[in-house]
Amino acid sequence: MRESKLWFLHVITAVVILFLLGSHMGIMHMGRILQVFGIGSTEPTNVEEVFARSKQVLFMAVYIVLLGTALFHGLYGLRSIIYELSFPKALEKTVGRVLCVAGIALFIYGSYVAVQLTKGA
Amino acid sequence: MQQKRKNNLGIIGWVCGGRYGADRYAYALHRLTGLGILCYFLMHIFVTGRRLGADGPDKWTQAMEFFQNTVICGLPVFVIGEFLVFLAFIFHAINGIRLIFVELGLLVGKPGLPAYPYSYSTLRQRPVLVGALCVVALLVGVAGADFVHHLWFVE
Amino acid sequence: MSDSSKTVVFEVLRYDPERGEAPHLQEFTVPVTKGMTVLDGLHWIKENKDRTLSWRSSCRMGICGSCGMFINGLPRLACTNQISHLHSDRVVIKPLPNYDIIRDLVPDLEKLFDKHRSVKPYLIRKDQVEQNRPTSEYFQSEEELVNYIQFAYCIKCGLCLAACPTVATSKDYVGPQALTQGWRYLADSRDEGCGEHGEALYSSHGVYRCHFAGACSQVCPKGVDPGLAIQLAKQDAFLKTLGARKPKKASGVTPPVQNWQPRANIPKAPEPTVGK
Repeated sequence: MRESKLWFLHVITAVVILFLLGSHMGIMHMGRILQVFGIGSTEPTNVEEVFARSKQVLFMAVYIVLLGTALFHGLYGLRSIIYELSFPKALEKTVGRVLCVAGIALFIYGSYVAVQLTKGA
Repeated sequence: MQQKRKNNLGIIGWVCGGRYGADRYAYALHRLTGLGILCYFLMHIFVTGRRLGADGPDKWTQAMEFFQNTVICGLPVFVIGEFLVFLAFIFHAINGIRLIFVELGLLVGKPGLPAYPYSYSTLRQRPVLVGALCVVALLVGVAGADFVHHLWFVE
Repeated sequence: MSDSSKTVVFEVLRYDPERGEAPHLQEFTVPVTKGMTVLDGLHWIKENKDRTLSWRSSCRMGICGSCGMFINGLPRLACTNQISHLHSDRVVIKPLPNYDIIRDLVPDLEKLFDKHRSVKPYLIRKDQVEQNRPTSEYFQSEEELVNYIQFAYCIKCGLCLAACPTVATSKDYVGPQALTQGWRYLADSRDEGCGEHGEALYSSHGVYRCHFAGACSQVCPKGVDPGLAIQLAKQDAFLKTLGARKPKKASGVTPPVQNWQPRANIPKAPEPTVGK
């Protein structure tokens, strides 16, 4: 069943996001605390650090995976909420398709940005 | 002609847990934090896109300075907003782990013969919910203390 | 110890569509005796104060599922809740939320039954001839019975739909009662209607619109635990999508017993006295 497959992906992406976004959030917001353990940075949004990270292929790969999984998880979650608001069936389907197209477009744009940044633009 | 009166709770049914258990409040908060994170994430994609091009580093620096220096009513609203997204993530992630276990039928017990007083799934997974909320409180406490200390006492 | 002078105030929601008034709360002071239920209190009001007060009830012992009401902030059966157990001097009674109000405390349960029908809540077999003209019973072990019997205790009182936050906004959501009944048949070892029940169960308004607020299981008066059934239905679909669980093979008809010998110590049945 289609919905079962979508929900299956919703759970799988949740697990992936948990690790990837968990690391991202930890680095960005708990830098000072992580310093206690000898890791992390106190200035993660500093321009040099940001661009140095973006140039690494590993970071690019992680960004793209995180982008894809987070977009799916977030937009499926939004679709769930919309499906629970008693809109007419036709509108529900349209919203589903719009979210799907928007997700793919954002994924392409985000991946393009991540790839371009490794080239040291 | 008889007219039935609509009595659907609507969005209030989502938000107000009333006298139901803590799970009902976790449901509302999970939804709210999810929407908050999604809004921030979509914005984040476009802000990151500004890094492209030869003047990317300058644009990035400008954007970061704008976020850090915009003060409304004496408060750096974007910095606080971003930190709230982080707190939302903590709740959504920890509660999400519980939900994955629950929704895959792992913490809710097995069907059996109902005998009064009934034991039911909501109660069986309640200790995990309480544990999850404690972890959330601990992480929010540590990160929050660090944030407040840095924002008001260091600079 | 009963105290005959004790009274509580019943605040009952009144709505008469023929009068065109907005729903409003009306107060009644009700004398309370030991063991008196909320339903008894409503009967007292009807007999002594206001004969126009309307509600739906029948068995008075938590079996028929007619008297579901929103009592002091929770959906409950009026007949199985004693006034003294509410620990309050005020008993606020409203019709079940998430259902249209027909009059006073009478909700329109049509929606509940429509949803219930949508999951095809009956045993589906491929062998129609055997099902309609059985030669023997379908085999089911005691362990297989326990997989679903809890969910078969549903009395269709509709309290779970009144408690569910998703039902509060979604008119299409199949809802905890019907989803549980769908799973009751999917979990039944004799059933072969996986696709038929699953159509509504795993639709875009099925089990995946449940996010485990847990309220349905909390308010269920029969320990049916709809929350559990829905999560088990999701688990089943997840494992099948993962390829870790094969589709269920339904049990067959029990074969006729070969070389059957009665136990020696069982006395012979007496001769029939009629129909000779």
